[in-house]
Amino acid sequence: MKKIVVAGFGPAAHRLVEALLQRGFDGRVTVIGEEPRPAYDRVALTSYLSGVSAEDLAYPVPSGAVTRLNSRVTGIDRQARVVTVEGGEPEPYDVLVLATGSAPFVPPVPGAGHAFVYRTIDDLDAIRLAAKEAADGVVVGGGLLGLEAADALRSLGLRTHIVEMSPWLMPRQVDEGGGSVLRSHIERLGLSVHAGSGVQEIVTDDRGRVAGLRTPGGTLIEAQVVVFSAGIRPRDELARACGLEVGERGGVVVDPGMRTSDPSIYAIGECALAGGMVYGLVGPCFTMAEVAADRIMGGDGTFDGADLSTRLKLLGVEVAQFGAMTGALDVTYMDPVAGVYKKLFISDDARTLLGGICVGDAAPYTSLRSFVGKPLPAPPSDLLFTGGGANLDLPDDAQVCSCNNVSAGEVRAAVTDRGCADVPALKACTRAGTTCGSCVPMLKQLLEKSGVEVSKNLCEHFAHSRAELFDIVRVRGITTFSELIAQHGQGRGCDICKPAVASILASLHNGHVLDGERAALQDTNDHFLANIQKNGTYSVVPRIPGGEITPDKLIVIGEVARDFGLYTKITGGQRIDLLGARVEQLPEIWRRLVEAGFESGHAYGKALRTVKSCVGSTWCRYGVQDSVGLAIALELRYRGLRSPHKLKSAVSGCARECAEARSKDFGIIATEQGWNLYVGGNGGFKPRHADLLAGDLTTDELIRTIDRFLMFYIRTADRLQRTSAWLESLDGGLGYLRSVIVDDALGICADLDAHMERHVATYVDEWRATLDDPDKLSRFVSFVNAPGVPDPSIVFAAERGQIKPVVTR
Amino acid sequence: MTWVDVCGYQNLLPERGVCALVGDRQVALFRTHDGSVHALGNLDPFSGAYVLSRGIVGTRKGEPTVASPLHKQVFSLVTGHCLDEPDIAVPVYHVRLDGDLVQVAVSV
Ligand code: SRM
Ligand SMILES: Cc1cc2nc3c(=O)[nH]c(=O)nc-3n(C[C@H](O)[C@H](O)[C@H](O)COP(=O)(O)OP(=O)(O)OC[C@H]3O[C@@H](n4cnc5c(N)ncnc54)[C@H](O)[C@@H]3O)c2cc1C
Ligand code: SF4
Ligand code: FES
Repeated sequence: MKKIVVAGFGPAAHRLVEALLQRGFDGRVTVIGEEPRPAYDRVALTSYLSGVSAEDLAYPVPSGAVTRLNSRVTGIDRQARVVTVEGGEPEPYDVLVLATGSAPFVPPVPGAGHAFVYRTIDDLDAIRLAAKEAADGVVVGGGLLGLEAADALRSLGLRTHIVEMSPWLMPRQVDEGGGSVLRSHIERLGLSVHAGSGVQEIVTDDRGRVAGLRTPGGTLIEAQVVVFSAGIRPRDELARACGLEVGERGGVVVDPGMRTSDPSIYAIGECALAGGMVYGLVGPCFTMAEVAADRIMGGDGTFDGADLSTRLKLLGVEVAQFGAMTGALDVTYMDPVAGVYKKLFISDDARTLLGGICVGDAAPYTSLRSFVGKPLPAPPSDLLFTGGGANLDLPDDAQVCSCNNVSAGEVRAAVTDRGCADVPALKACTRAGTTCGSCVPMLKQLLEKSGVEVSKNLCEHFAHSRAELFDIVRVRGITTFSELIAQHGQGRGCDICKPAVASILASLHNGHVLDGERAALQDTNDHFLANIQKNGTYSVVPRIPGGEITPDKLIVIGEVARDFGLYTKITGGQRIDLLGARVEQLPEIWRRLVEAGFESGHAYGKALRTVKSCVGSTWCRYGVQDSVGLAIALELRYRGLRSPHKLKSAVSGCARECAEARSKDFGIIATEQGWNLYVGGNGGFKPRHADLLAGDLTTDELIRTIDRFLMFYIRTADRLQRTSAWLESLDGGLGYLRSVIVDDALGICADLDAHMERHVATYVDEWRATLDDPDKLSRFVSFVNAPGVPDPSIVFAAERGQIKPVVTR
Repeated sequence: MTWVDVCGYQNLLPERGVCALVGDRQVALFRTHDGSVHALGNLDPFSGAYVLSRGIVGTRKGEPTVASPLHKQVFSLVTGHCLDEPDIAVPVYHVRLDGDLVQVAVSV
């Protein structure tokens, strides 16, 4: 039985093992990794800081392999065919695969030992811990990874600097023109760029703590966290020590079959020097793993180099480069105002596309990357100026996903022969789009062009998405469901479209949800302004803004609960739920509550729920701002605002985050200077930490930004799409959102502001208005022919001194 | 068949339901968009709660329907069959208008 040993357990090793098992390997594979965990998605490493867990990042461990974690390979005895492992049993092999990856390069400057690197989950844990005590950070290296690290520091709340040796950022990907446009984007995000500079030393204070970074020019950049991201070095030390051939500048030399100078040792991934190149992208590393697996199984696969196209997926700035970075001819489009720079390189006969660079708009990357080395599909000026490039027909052999080496032909085949009808199906079928995700727009395009209807229809009654219906209602000034369905739909609606349209009408026209025909559109919760429970009773949740409540009001709630025999519970939203009310009791309960100054809490509505708060600076010894005051102000501002799904918020008085603001649709964390605004958080089914949208805002700026965020969401989200899913579905993500609501890129901010002002000005408490209107009240009866008779099917038992429903079935 | 007066027609709102107590039966009454009246049992067989009268009234492929307010299973107002799970059905009762009066007949 053949014994394969793999040194290193990163993405390349993982893919190798998978590929071996897929090809029917029946010997023994042992993977030895130095990290404390199995291989994980290093490309998505940064998402770990925004709350994606180590488990989420982990690749599934292939079941047919033996894994030894926390174990470093220390030597290779090529004669005896054995590797030695630190603190463990040696491991004999028939075939050894080196997949040790690479290590960040740390320049040998004084104090370098105090700096961090950005490569593993453990590195990120260390950086996160250090950032807690820090205010400023500096990243050395303005390349792809450096910018990613800089964004990470910024998201940890640090004022961030980037030091780059070259005269411009991302020198390996963009030329000088692109670099200057990129710089202005990055600076606009609040990062300081020191290009054409370097590191002299890391300065420490008298207690040995990092105080800053000194540049060769003598400038001191103050920072308590320094991260090196100045390139990588292949980890070829094992190969060197046992006499395998290594490259002059590092990397284990391999042939096209990934074999080293010892025929029983292979090297794959970032530690390998293939065709004179070390590949720092995961796509080629995967291909190498496939080739090595094929060879080990007796095949003759070869690795013939790989596409080094890249696209920066962070900082909200689109940067992309594909194919060559020079050419006989080039065509440039530059718009410094919009921050767009695009350049194509073409052959001297102006026929063949050689490559391109994009900053600020990566559309050409998506549409043109596959045409590298092929005839230009249209005149270059058209491709750059009109964006007409987006609709090109890709040749079958064009590579769509470079991470997983999937061609347009394979994607088309998956659609036509294997019935893939959406992006998730394509991902499962072809692996395309599963790594960096930058090819997903192209997958969508291919799907659409293959004639697959990617239906966004709300339901059988409307061939429109919610966002489209919203625009129709807004632009045409439609005010009733009947009008809308007669003109733009068919049939008489259902439990999907009716509440959705009711919500749109409420968002646009405010007004009472039980007015006229609108009453018939509401789900039972909105219809009775209460939440239905399993036995047909309802719950009552009065608004308690910010969770602050006076003893007198608490007493009223207690008295009401006692008098009506309701079950009482503190909710997860810092308020009080009274459960077990029968329909005909609701008006009497609410009359008492409204008299005592309570309002509807909209627990039943797709609307603002709660703005939770911590005690904040008024009481807490750590608080830096009045979180309770702000939470109350926000809750009162947005109460009653109907939206595609419920909205939750929280305000914390300092970075300790006792209000859990980052799990909210919009969460606010106080800073010394003002407020940090995070958006797109979610608890619930698929938890997500909110992303920092803007930092150190004044209260006015904060409110204006939230106003726009909410209104833009309300206008464009799908039905029942929380802000987290909406944000993730936005093309261009957080950067795009920022451009729309902070930079007003679409010119709609004034409109959004006015819309919110209208909401605030026209708010009335739904329950008070209901109590004042005999017509609306008339629906709160148990039986139309016996209004006062309690529903005899509603029965309670007792538990812990309160009622509980008994459902007999 | 005994017809029982339950309410005035104006008590029924377009595309909404109410519940009537007929003997010891709970009857859910619905008025659809075209003005006609339908009567089903009020018991939602999926949850065991008497709530069907509080569901959203609409159509599926032209057939008038109500969706349970608890877990949204859709029932035909004409046949009482659940359109999502055809094995399940709720009783359908006779209902008519006598002038302005809505009358229901439940056989014993
Ligand atoms: C009462 C309460 C539980 C409690 O006793 O603590 C509750 C109760 C319900 N939740 Fe909740 N949720 C309650 C706090 C939460 C929280 C915590 C929070 O808000 O801080 C969460 C996680 C945070 C979040 O939403 O991101 C939460 C996540 C959910 C979800 C999952 C949402 C998601 O995006 O995955 C649902 C389902 C849904 O909305 O589709 C849900 C749905 C419901 C519904 C409405 C289900 C239903 O239709 O019957 C429950 C009925 C409420 C009622 O009053 O009858 N509830 N629910 C809490 C009311 C808070 C309040 O004062 O308004
Ligand atoms: C923050 C970040 C973002 C990135 N973004 C992208 C991107 O967007 N697109 C892209 O294509 N690529 C990206 N990359 C690069 C990509 O992650 C790498 O190309 C890929 O991880 C290489 O895989 P590998 O298995 O060869 O090496 P590695 O991932 O480095 O794995 C090697 C493993 O071997 C272990 N090891 C080393 N020596 C030993 C030993 N002696 N004994 C035992 N174990 C050992 C190491 O600890 C490590 O766990 C990114 C990388 C980082 C750090
Ligand atoms: S978040 Fe900060 S201010 Fe608020 S209670 Fe916690 S420690 Fe105090
Ligand atoms: S190109 Fe990275 S996942 Fe497809």
